[in-house]
Amino acid sequence: MSDIGIIPPTSEITPERVYLQRREFIKNSLLFAATSSGVGSTLLWLMRGLRAKDHEKTAKAPATGAPDDDSALTVAQHYDYASGEKNTSYNDVTNYNNFYEFGTDKSDPAANADSLRPRPWHVAIDGAVARPQVFEVDQLIKSFPLEERIYRMRCVEAWSMVIPWVGFPLGDLLKRVEPTSRAKYVAFKSLLDPQQMPGQRTDLLQWPYVEGLRIDEAMHPLTILAVGLYGKRLPNQDGAPIRLVVPWKYGFKGIKSIVNISLTAEQPPTSWNIAAADEYGFYANVNPAVDHPRWSQATERRIGEYHRRPTLPFNGYGDQVASLYTGMDLRTFF
Amino acid sequence: MEARRKKSPLPWLKPAVLTGSLVPVAAILERAWRDDLGPDPIAQALNQLGLIALVFLVAALGCTPLKTIFGWTWPMRIRRMLGLLAFFYALLHVITYTVLDQGLDWNAIVDDVVKRKFIFLGFSTFVLLIPLAATSTNSALRRLGYVRWKQLHRLAYLAPALAVLHFTLKVKRDETEPLTYGLVLAALLTARLIEYMGADRALLTREI
Repeated sequence: MSDIGIIPPTSEITPERVYLQRREFIKNSLLFAATSSGVGSTLLWLMRGLRAKDHEKTAKAPATGAPDDDSALTVAQHYDYASGEKNTSYNDVTNYNNFYEFGTDKSDPAANADSLRPRPWHVAIDGAVARPQVFEVDQLIKSFPLEERIYRMRCVEAWSMVIPWVGFPLGDLLKRVEPTSRAKYVAFKSLLDPQQMPGQRTDLLQWPYVEGLRIDEAMHPLTILAVGLYGKRLPNQDGAPIRLVVPWKYGFKGIKSIVNISLTAEQPPTSWNIAAADEYGFYANVNPAVDHPRWSQATERRIGEYHRRPTLPFNGYGDQVASLYTGMDLRTFF
Repeated sequence: MEARRKKSPLPWLKPAVLTGSLVPVAAILERAWRDDLGPDPIAQALNQLGLIALVFLVAALGCTPLKTIFGWTWPMRIRRMLGLLAFFYALLHVITYTVLDQGLDWNAIVDDVVKRKFIFLGFSTFVLLIPLAATSTNSALRRLGYVRWKQLHRLAYLAPALAVLHFTLKVKRDETEPLTYGLVLAALLTARLIEYMGADRALLTREI
């Protein structure tokens, strides 16, 4: 017995009951930690839904570049068509939009549009015109004095922005190719290339994206082809290198990455109308009095603002464009 | 060992599930605080709270099939809590919609609920959850009597189905995510149905 040295006083021996409790406590603590973190991280994963990857990617969004940046455009004129309202930040304009060719979440275009190659790029103009032509996009851009146009942009999903586009009136280009008397409509087509536009591997919409305007809408001085925003070339996710902007219509009319413009005698098909004719009309004029079948169009949330604001008829451009639709029932032709 | 585990009440289980289940609301608050909910933070919070409410509705419905298929009893211990968590997130979702999104414009809200199918479905889901949450206590069960209580709580099958429809009608085009939840829900309901019919048959053979 003397070999084992000093025997501890019995008061210092941990009773077996306590010893077992301590093991139990440690075990329970570990199980608590594992379960709670497992439940928590599963829920966080589900919250990110099918879009887990985007979060980190959007974080590296480009900041407003320096003016000597090679994407800077020379702008001849500046026009504010948004009544002096505050511009939506460059970061929000370039990180929150719909461009289903790159995914259906509004952060997808910024995350995935790297695969688009906007140069070299050609735009063909054909159909009912005297002088059909194929333009190299930089030649085309150089041949017009570029204007900054600050427009309100109202998405059909009831959010809106104020965007300083850079571009030129579509009408100026159309005059150059001399539409014939048969030209009643203008049909637009986006690029079709599932390599560059991975969203085109899904059949969420019929590809390529197509849009259309009536000829008088296309010739209206507010209708522009945009090639930039915030004084710089369009980022890929906003429809590089050239896109349509029609400020009194819902955003989906503004077809992006255009490769073909064709003048037609018949009203051309349009992508969202093909997808859901009862929800998206050919005209798609912003109209607070005509609700989307599934949600109200009476109000909108301006990105960056807290309170909803009332939506304006023709997105506030009624003085300039309402006369295009005199005598038309805008409930029927929504 | 086996006997002891069976006797053990798993003291860590409920606190752990509860803690983990509050992570989403904590994450949303923290992101809102850091202004990291994206360009449309109200829509983002609204969508995520609604989604988590649906997850808990489906999870609560999964408890019984887990018991019948795998013989696990622990899911039954947290079923009531999962249901109450569903109600908690649905309530936050509704508060976000009425207070933050609509700014308590009751005319617009009533208009939305009456006119928009998807908002009507969401509103109905929430209304169904109120009596379930209110009668979730043991004393409520005693007061109602088991049979009536059980009949009332069959609403727990209807609520997630309405919630899935609400989610499906809300999305513009890509219905993958709501349909995934719909599929899980359909599987769980089928499992319940099979079990129900099996129980019926067992009863029948015993009577003969």
